Amino acid sequence: MNSNLAGHSFGSGSPDSQSSSSDRKRGWVKVVLIAVAIAYLSLILFIPALNVFVEAFKGGFGPFLDNLTERNFLHAVQLTLIIALIVVPVNTVFGLCAAWVIARNQFRGRTFLISLLDIPFAVSPVVAGLMIVLLYGRNGWFGPLLQAANIKIVFAMPAMVLASAFITLPFVAREVIPVLEEVGSEQEEAAKTLGANDWQVFWRVTLPNISWGLLYGVILTNARVMGEFGAVSVVSGNITGKTQTLPLFVEEAYKQYQTQAAFSAAVLLAGLAFVTLVLKEILERKTRIKEVE
Amino acid sequence: MLFLPVSALILKASTESPINFWKIATSPIALSTYDVTFVTSLIAALINGFFGFLIAWVLVRYDFPFKRLIEAAIDLPFALPTSVAGLTLATVYSENGWIGSLLAPFGIKVAFTRLGVGVAMLFISLPFIVRTLQPVMQQMEKEIEEAAWSLGASQWQTFWRVVFPPLMPALLTGVALGFARAVGEYGSVVIVASNIPYKDLIASVLIIQRLEQYDYSGATVIGVVLLGISLLILIAINVLQAWGRRYEL
Repeated sequence: MNSNLAGHSFGSGSPDSQSSSSDRKRGWVKVVLIAVAIAYLSLILFIPALNVFVEAFKGGFGPFLDNLTERNFLHAVQLTLIIALIVVPVNTVFGLCAAWVIARNQFRGRTFLISLLDIPFAVSPVVAGLMIVLLYGRNGWFGPLLQAANIKIVFAMPAMVLASAFITLPFVAREVIPVLEEVGSEQEEAAKTLGANDWQVFWRVTLPNISWGLLYGVILTNARVMGEFGAVSVVSGNITGKTQTLPLFVEEAYKQYQTQAAFSAAVLLAGLAFVTLVLKEILERKTRIKEVE
Repeated sequence: MLFLPVSALILKASTESPINFWKIATSPIALSTYDVTFVTSLIAALINGFFGFLIAWVLVRYDFPFKRLIEAAIDLPFALPTSVAGLTLATVYSENGWIGSLLAPFGIKVAFTRLGVGVAMLFISLPFIVRTLQPVMQQMEKEIEEAAWSLGASQWQTFWRVVFPPLMPALLTGVALGFARAVGEYGSVVIVASNIPYKDLIASVLIIQRLEQYDYSGATVIGVVLLGISLLILIAINVLQAWGRRYEL
């Protein structure tokens, strides 16, 4: 009994006929498992993803290009890009600062702070949008103040920027903290004793060490900002041609039965998602090579 | 940026009298949205617990064509904007869609029903389970399984007694993360569902509808309920992760 069970473990080299039959059985299990995995992924992920492209180009390139030159669509693209251009740098700087404070200092409430940083991940984007409205809306905390100063935040771009920033607050810090902790602070201290000032230490020592993690965080932030829907739809008022971003445009067009226009915009966003995934894959490989070194 | 919005929400809710708060939070329509939101999310997370486990296992243990491509595609729901996900799911699972048309003869309607809400939640929560399990599975030593086999355990016994127990914390963490994400999901659900109260209306959409009617206190109360439950799940996930770390020692 023992000898044929040993065939299980060292299967390939064993001449035992019984073990080869159980190998065959394991091979069969393998095929079934792979088939089930691929079938499930197809139903939930692959077919829907493929469908975006098929629907968008169903009528050929002509209608697709027509949709892309429509005025409201172009405005949505423009607004999406502007918001990303504001939010991504701001949250990158904030994320770096937060990661620095959390990774390099020991203080009371540190774990609590890390958990708090996760709130934007945990909370529904709609609730996040609601918070912004309650703060800056007409009846909100700063409402009277803003109205007196004649500044409009809710149902205008500032609130959309705030909502996007809130949702993507943790991404950069989350990616950078583990890298900072792993690298340790010896190199920075060495640089300091050799006479570098804080600025030089940051640019010459810290930043090169965390560059891949940082870049990954920035990519995730960008993808989420451009794709954010729930929070932005609460605070924007979704005014076509004014406060409509690309994801909002997709929903609006679909609701108006302009399926073709919806899918044309969806293809752009799906393209963004694929670029994000490819960059992520490249970055993961880079860091893996670094780890091996 | 973080504290101010959260405290604004909580303080606004606290201006409501407790009785009123309770009345809004447990009104029949609110209760039905909790049912649709939490029960559907839980079912979706559990289904993904099973299939996510299987997918992670296949990706870690087996080699097959296009494996790298499939592996990278798991993160698609992270990267794809939710409104695009909702749009394409609503189309694919509609009565004339690729998959929906196959189900229609059996009288199964997915898009614009609670089933559609479930499918959107499956889509959105899958990567959490797979990505939580994968690293733990990779670290597992094959020797332990081989030892179990050589000691006479069947494949089934090996799986349940040796392989599965150390993966349990990671599986639960993944399911909890997926559940949390499904509870908070809005973009894809609002498009794939018909958003009819008592049928497939989720809590997030109810908040929006309340806001559209300028019923700020109604929106706030339900928002606070959602926030509170999200925080509870967050704490549960932290506890689960601490539990998982004990296995590493």
